[in-house]
Amino acid sequence: MTDLLPTTRTDAFDPPAELLSDPRPLRRMTFADGHRGWLVTSHELARAVLADARFSSRQELRRVVVPRPSVDELQAGKPASPGFFIVMDPPEHTRYRRLLTGQFTVRRINRLLPRIRQIVTEHLDAMRRSGPPADLVPAFALPVPSLVICELLGVPYADRERFQRDTAELLRLDATDEQAGTAMNSLTGYLSGLIEAKRARPSDDLLGGLVAGGELTGAEITGIAFLLLVAGHETTANMLGLGTFALLRHPAQFDALREGRVSVDAAVEELLRYLTVVQFGTTRTAVEDVELGGETITAGESVAVSLPAANRDPARFAGADTLDLAHDASGHLAFGHGVHQCLGQQLARIELRVGFAALAERFPSLRLAVPPEDVPLRGDMAIYGVHRLPVTW
Amino acid sequence: MIEADPEVCIAAGMCALTAPAVFDQNDDDGTVVVLDGTPQGADADAAREAVELCPSGALSWRDS
Ligand code: HEM
Ligand code: SF4
Repeated sequence: MTDLLPTTRTDAFDPPAELLSDPRPLRRMTFADGHRGWLVTSHELARAVLADARFSSRQELRRVVVPRPSVDELQAGKPASPGFFIVMDPPEHTRYRRLLTGQFTVRRINRLLPRIRQIVTEHLDAMRRSGPPADLVPAFALPVPSLVICELLGVPYADRERFQRDTAELLRLDATDEQAGTAMNSLTGYLSGLIEAKRARPSDDLLGGLVAGGELTGAEITGIAFLLLVAGHETTANMLGLGTFALLRHPAQFDALREGRVSVDAAVEELLRYLTVVQFGTTRTAVEDVELGGETITAGESVAVSLPAANRDPARFAGADTLDLAHDASGHLAFGHGVHQCLGQQLARIELRVGFAALAERFPSLRLAVPPEDVPLRGDMAIYGVHRLPVTW
Repeated sequence: MIEADPEVCIAAGMCALTAPAVFDQNDDDGTVVVLDGTPQGADADAAREAVELCPSGALSWRDS
């Protein structure tokens, strides 16, 4: 009997059964690097850990959760690269985050709405022209968030093949250290070149603004660009792809959305909760002894917080294991909690709302083009989802 | 009544999303701005929910 993080799924949408069947909200877990730490699966304790400054996000203290680390764990144990604030604690974290938050407010993001609608419509029109059938992932789920984040940052979309390949490589759990290292260097090299170019020729976009602000070094802006690009497109893309798969497997729910019996805002929150694509969750390391759920987490021990399990906690969500777009999913932890709660969440929400609403409206007869068991799942990736989604209409 | 600490706020925007009549976000750095410190009725319920959801603990509700 091992106590590694359970990762084997038996259903396309449910987290691994052993994550949910164990009633203990806090239990010992062996990390992939052999560290004896802890696993949190309840909503209450997940919130408590993520909101507590005694649990650090610093990269120096990180440990690897599953055998193939995610992007932010690749460098576990080493100092954070400049600008990579997801693996820093306040005050360093706060300094970087504050420079960006003005660009991600509810109001700012709402201003992008017309452009996001246009991007969504163009991709759906193109998908219609090219099919049926079509693979929804390359036709819709991946390019929409990719184009949106590129425009926001000021990364030429024409270069997408390069950075999409590098990010996909970085998020693949079976990549060798060498492959991951090559992808990381390639992406860093590309972005630092881009930022130097913006220094020579000012541009009216997020990265151009950071260059002009004069507060950050080129290396810091490169780190920020890297983080936003990687965090900003794979997550949303997988929510679009897996979310569509879930709606197609729950046709009554898809009808309710199409016919306006549930609001798309509520539907998106429920899909975020039910699917929780950040599948291995987030980890923190205690910097002092902390009493938690009747146990003592000793300074230096790491805690893996399973967001998928917390979002299925029956003590917090009635009918937690069913997808019900009319559920009140507010309080879900799909975007995390505490000072690192997702910076891009308002952007992701708008992209998902516009995306699912347009898909429901424009493709009323959308259905799978293959048996559901033939849809390839991303159990092997840091961000869960579908590799491909063959659809027809 | 609502109290907000912009120093603690991480500008996640949960408050402006949950209770738009009560909270806004500063245009420069996205930190919380209280529009209505003593909301009533449905706005008060929404404000209480926002206090509960705030990821950084920047918001508090003081019964007065
Ligand atoms: C549905 C889509 C998304 C999901 C499920 C998601 C999920 C998350 C989660 C769980 C965290 C917390 C990590 C931690 O606590 O260690 C996070 C942080 C972050 N996300 Fe997202 N995210 C999404 C979309 C985006 C987008 C569109 C952007 C980009 C602009 C973005 C940028 C970030 C950044 C920069 C952080 C780090 C924040 C910090 O450390 O203060 N995310 N995200
Ligand atoms: S919810 Fe909390 S952290 Fe987010 S903007 Fe409002 S006060 Fe700030």
